[in-house]
Parts: sequence; C-alpha cells; structure tokens
Amino acid sequence: MIFKKFNIENKKARDLIPQAITVLALLSVIIYFATNAQINMGNRGISFGFGFLNQEASFDITFSMIEYDGSHSYGRAFLVGLLNTILVSVIGIFFATIIGVVVGVSRLSDNYLIAKVAEWYVEIFRNIPLILQIFFWYFAALRALPLPENGISFNDISFLTIKGWYVPKFIWTNFNIFLLSVIAAFIAIYFINSYATKQREQFGKQLPATSISLATLILIPLITFLFLGVSLTFEYPVLKQLSSTVYTYEGGVSIIPELIALALALSMYTATFIAENVRAGILGVGKGQKEAAASIGLNKNQILKLVVMPQALRIIIPPTTNQYLNLTKNSSLAAAIAYPDIVLVFAGTALMQTGRAIEIISITMLTYLTLSISISMFMNWYNKKMAIKEK
Amino acid sequence: MNLIAKPSKDNIKTYVPIGLFLVSLSFLDVFINAFFNLNLMGFLPSQLSYFLPLILGFIGFYLIRIEFSGVHSLDVLNKNINSNNFNALLTLFTIFIIIKSIPPMLDWFILEANFVGNSKDDCTGDGACWVFIKVWFNRFMYGLYPDAEQWRINTAFLILFAVVGASFFVSEKLKKYFVLFLVFVFPFLGIKLISGGSFGLEYVESAAWGGLSLTFIISAFAILFCFPIGVILALGRRSSLPAIKYISIGFIELWRGVPLITVLFMSAVMFPMFLPDGTFIDKLIRVLIAITLFEAAYMAEVVRGGLQALPKGQYEAAKSLGMGYWRMNALIILPQALKLVIPGIANTLLALVKDTPLIFVVGLMELAGMIGLAKTNPKWLGMAMEGYVFAGLVFWIICYAMSRYSQNLEKKLSTER
Repeated sequence: MIFKKFNIENKKARDLIPQAITVLALLSVIIYFATNAQINMGNRGISFGFGFLNQEASFDITFSMIEYDGSHSYGRAFLVGLLNTILVSVIGIFFATIIGVVVGVSRLSDNYLIAKVAEWYVEIFRNIPLILQIFFWYFAALRALPLPENGISFNDISFLTIKGWYVPKFIWTNFNIFLLSVIAAFIAIYFINSYATKQREQFGKQLPATSISLATLILIPLITFLFLGVSLTFEYPVLKQLSSTVYTYEGGVSIIPELIALALALSMYTATFIAENVRAGILGVGKGQKEAAASIGLNKNQILKLVVMPQALRIIIPPTTNQYLNLTKNSSLAAAIAYPDIVLVFAGTALMQTGRAIEIISITMLTYLTLSISISMFMNWYNKKMAIKEK
Repeated sequence: MNLIAKPSKDNIKTYVPIGLFLVSLSFLDVFINAFFNLNLMGFLPSQLSYFLPLILGFIGFYLIRIEFSGVHSLDVLNKNINSNNFNALLTLFTIFIIIKSIPPMLDWFILEANFVGNSKDDCTGDGACWVFIKVWFNRFMYGLYPDAEQWRINTAFLILFAVVGASFFVSEKLKKYFVLFLVFVFPFLGIKLISGGSFGLEYVESAAWGGLSLTFIISAFAILFCFPIGVILALGRRSSLPAIKYISIGFIELWRGVPLITVLFMSAVMFPMFLPDGTFIDKLIRVLIAITLFEAAYMAEVVRGGLQALPKGQYEAAKSLGMGYWRMNALIILPQALKLVIPGIANTLLALVKDTPLIFVVGLMELAGMIGLAKTNPKWLGMAMEGYVFAGLVFWIICYAMSRYSQNLEKKLSTER
C-alpha cells in the first residue's frame, strides 16, 4: 500500500522535473535576451515602442496599389508592402493552380509524349532553387526584351518592353452597381445549386445546374450594362517621346518587370508541386469507384463530377493549400530583385532608416505567422468537414 | 460507294503506307524549316503553308489509326500517341515544338557559343559566352577564398567523398566506425582545415568563403544538426508532459509560419541586439543556426508523421518488455518511424539545399551570389543568362541526384518489409 502510493508520487515528480527544467531554461534564455536587448537599446538611445509607425517614412516605393508617397507614415508603407505581397501571391496562386492542374492531368495522359513532357517539366522546375529561377527570369529573360520604342505589341493594345508590360486601364462608371450585381449572381447560383442538389437527391431529377449558373453569371451583370448605367471603357497605353532617345508609354497600367518575373517564377515552381498533388489525388481514387459508378449507369461526365472529383479533391486540397501557403511565404524572395513587398519595404528600407530591428522584424514575422496560422486553422476546419464520416 | 472508307484491317495495305508517308512528310517539312530555314511548301499561299504540316500530319495519323491491326509496332504506336484525334493533335504539336526549339537551343549552347579566350571580347558569336564561366570558374566554386589555399577545400571534400565511398564497400562492423567518424569527427576536422589558424595553416575568415563549396558546407552542417533537433522536437510534440508538448508546438509552428528570409534577417540584424554588447558571433555561424532551427521545425513535422503512423501495439510491446521512454524510442519506435518517412526526410533535405542561396541576404555569397557578383563586374556585363543557366544546371544535377537516390533508398527499404 505504502509502496504503491510512493510509486504514484514518484511518477508525478518524475513528470514534473523535466517540465520544470525546460520551462526554467526557456525563461532564463528569454530573460537573458531581454536584458541584453534593453541594455543595447539603451546604449543606442532608442526605446522599445511602436510609435515610429506614425512617423513620416520619407522614402518612395516604386509600385503601390494604394496612394503612397514619402510623406506618408511607416504604417502606410507597411500596408503598401503587405498589399504588394498579397497581390503577387494571388497572381502566383492563380497561375500555379492552372499550370499545376494541366501538368498533373497531363502526367496521367495516355499519350506517352504528353506524359513525358509533363514529367520533365516537373523534374526540371522542381529541382532548381526558386531564387535562381527568379534571377533567371528577371536578370536574363526579361532583360532581353526590347526597349519601349520597339516594344512587342499585342494588336496595339498592350506592349511588352524591358521596362514592363503596359496594359489598358479599365475605367468604370457605376462600378458599385456592377459589383453588387456580381455578388447577387453568386448568391443566385448558390440557391440554384442547392435546389438542383435537392431535386437530384429527392426525386432523382437532373437539372442542368452548371449551364444555368453560367448563364446567371453572365446575364445579371449584362443587365446592369444595358439598363443601369454601368459602362466600361479602356485607356490604352500610347508611346510618347520624352527626349531624342528616351521613349515611354503614357496611359494604361504598367506592370513592372519585378512583378512579372516574381509571378512567373513562383507560379512555375509551385505548379510542379501542385501537379504532383493533383496526380496523387486522381490516382488515389480506387478503380472500383469508377467501375461501380459506371455499373449504376452514370455517364462519363457524371462519374467525373459526382464520384471521382469529390474523392480526389479530398486528397488534393490539403497539400495544395500547404503549397499556397508556401508560395505566399516564398514571395518574400521578392527582396532579391527589389520588388517592393513587405520584406523589402518594411524589413529592408524601413529598418535601415529607423534602426528598430526588434519591432520591425517582429511585426514582419507576426504578419506571416498570422497568415499561416489562419490558413492552417481554416485547413483543419475544412479537413474535418470533408473527412469521410464513418459510421 | 464510299470513297473514303474508315481505316480498318481491310484497307491496311493502302492506308498505312499513305498515312506514314504523310506523317513523315509533315515532320520532314518542319525539320527542314527549322534546321535549314527552307520552306518546302513555299509555293503555297503563306497561311496554308504554315498550317500544312499540321494538316498533313493529322490526316496521316487518322489513316494509320487502325484498331487491332495485327501489326505489333503499329498497335503500340496508336495506343501511346495516337489513340484519338485529340491525342494525335497533341502529339503533333509536341513534336513540332520540340523540333522547332532544337536549332536555337543548339546554336546558343554549342554551335554559336564561344569556348576559347579569357575576356569578354573573345565572345564574338551569337551564342552563349562560356568563356565567362571558364574565367570565373574558380570563384564560382570557392568564392573569395585565396587561390593558393584552395587545396584545403579540395582535400576536405576529397576526404569526405573517399570516406563515404569507402563505407559502401566495407563490412557492416567497420561501417559503424565510418559513420561515427563522419558524424562526430570529420565535421570539426574539415572546418578546421578550411578555416585554418593552426597547424601552420593560414587563417581564412568565413566572409571569404563562398561559391559552391559554401553551399555544400552549409548544407552538410545544417543537415547534421537539424536532424537530431528535429527528432527531439517531434518526440517533444508527442510527449505527455504538457509543458514540453506546448513549448515544442510553439517552437515548430513559429519557424514553420515564417519565411526563411525573415529568419535570416533576424539572425543578421535582430539577433546581435540580444547578445551582450561587444559579443560577436561569426556571420556564418549565425546563418547556420538560423537555417538549422528553421529546417529542424520542418524535419520535426516529417518525423511526427512517422511516429503517428506506427501502430499503438509497438509502444505497448516495448513497454511490456520493461523498456523506459528513451530505450523504447531509440530501439523500437524511431527506427521504424524514420524508415516510414524517408521520402519526407529527403524532401526536407532537398528543400534545405535549395534554400542555401538565400544566404545572400546577410551578404554571404554561394554559387548564385557569386554569379550576381560576377555579372555586375564592369568587364563582364550582360552575362546573366550564361551565369544563371550554369548555376541552374549545377543545382539541378545536385537536387535531381538527391531525389533519385532517395527514391532508390525508399524502394530498397520497402522490399525488406
């Protein structure tokens, strides 16, 4: 009896000691670092705080989606950088998904040549460091483009030159109404689809939900164009001579080469990983599933839509979200080619000017951390929702 | 009667020769066009002559698409590249693009390229200027390491390769000592040899190290350290002790949530603030610590996957034999768990090697960094393409070899079970 009691207490003590040691060690390291930091900052005459975010930044940023110049605050510069990071990530994710799905499906093609080409695409682009690919596009490939005066013209609407890609600018009137109509269309599509699912599950009726949805998406915004005063005009870039040898384009939107190089490299690199996920997902659906679906009389499209895709997506989506996250983190390589993302603008220029290393690096890391953790929380929720509910 | 019968076994004798002739004619046209810049069909209207190979090839492929023809090679051909109209078109496009892209590539890489000489002026051809790579080769491999001392790096790597190579041929018993030497003795011996400062070797500061050898040094050390840290973190995350568990989770998620570049920034500008005034830790060591901790977090997640995949019975069996926590993990759990996740480990190590060029943010220059330096040299402007193609090729060979090796290892180990 005594022996047993002793043993239990002994186990508790045994559990407690390593934990206590770990916590103490961690705390002492933190305290040591914090004291040193305080002393160092005291020596340099700076105090810890985030007040500098309101100070005037007084540096320019080459590319910004919101209004910004040197007279704005560091906080605003941070926002510009964050938006630029998000912009290149969204573009990268969009194209990586398209290329990834095409290559992944091609790898399973019964055409030997196509399958081989897709395989080599994956092997080549996956095994070259992303930073080298960015350098290649930026310093080698895009530098080979012509000067503005002989830019490669696409129907005189947009021009590709060494200084960037000039595309027409969209000029909307009553954009809000248009936006509302698109949102309305999506809500309508949601109801149409749930109605179609209900009809299918209750009565076995097949409604052409996809074509109706597509028609809704086109028709509702079209109505706003015809009757509600929404209109869209384009402002085309026009070549203009600045001096005897210097030309530039006026009007339109200029997409800077840094953005093009970064988006190209990010999407082509990440696409290889997405392609492998897609391939694994499609291969992961058992042959028996397709045969069973065929034997109950579903046609080829229905098999793909109702049987294969839902199961394949369950395998594809989690690792692919991970790749999206990786792409977003990899977009920080922008700093290498001076694309003004959050790392370059904030952890680079702003840090250089203010010398507030601890605050700025913490904010930058925290931003990425928030992004990562929110996406992984969403992923966990999604995984739970999609997991096979075994009874 | 139907003049154009569907290709079948009955008309195989007429259709296959015509089809093959048309297909080869279309390839020949594209080939001659690409290699000799001659347009065989030039007498036709320009748009027609442009699409003619496609049309001819398409008709040809249609004619030879005979199911169960009885001719083995024809069946194989049809099954693999010509199973329907869409596939035939894809095949044609792929082959045309390949044929079309060979001549310019060949010209740039070899035919028009320059190999002889030692300055930019010797590059007169239109192709690549490989003279650039030749002249800068030493720098690309060794960075700014003094020329006279480069034998030290060579010796270190030669010993490494010799020991690794020898360990494949010796008996199992000796192999153990080889591995112990590689893990516990060689790293310090090698680094002493390269940095110098004693035994009559001249001291070379780490800022001068660079090029491909730096990539290898950083990768090797990071792999060496991140593996045990990763395993400990993985065990910590699965520990039943709450404090250890949550500290491990926090540590892993912190590193996995941020990009490596910010971690390197941190090691460069934020970390010195945390040290007593006047303390200086070598830049290379700081970078090494940053990369090691970063990759260890990823390694921990991979190892955790293996730990989770093991059936509970393994733990229970080990405990019922009276094994303690460490003995159970070292002898029963980890050997099995690690074997399960070899592909994951290989991918992490591959990612580590691919991440090494990022050390440019703290001013260290491995291969990509040295190329950046060389291409901004006033005497060698405009050599970016050659440089990055070369670097890409070198990294590709390393990474491809690694991924192949891991696939082989995986196969070898999986057959044992």
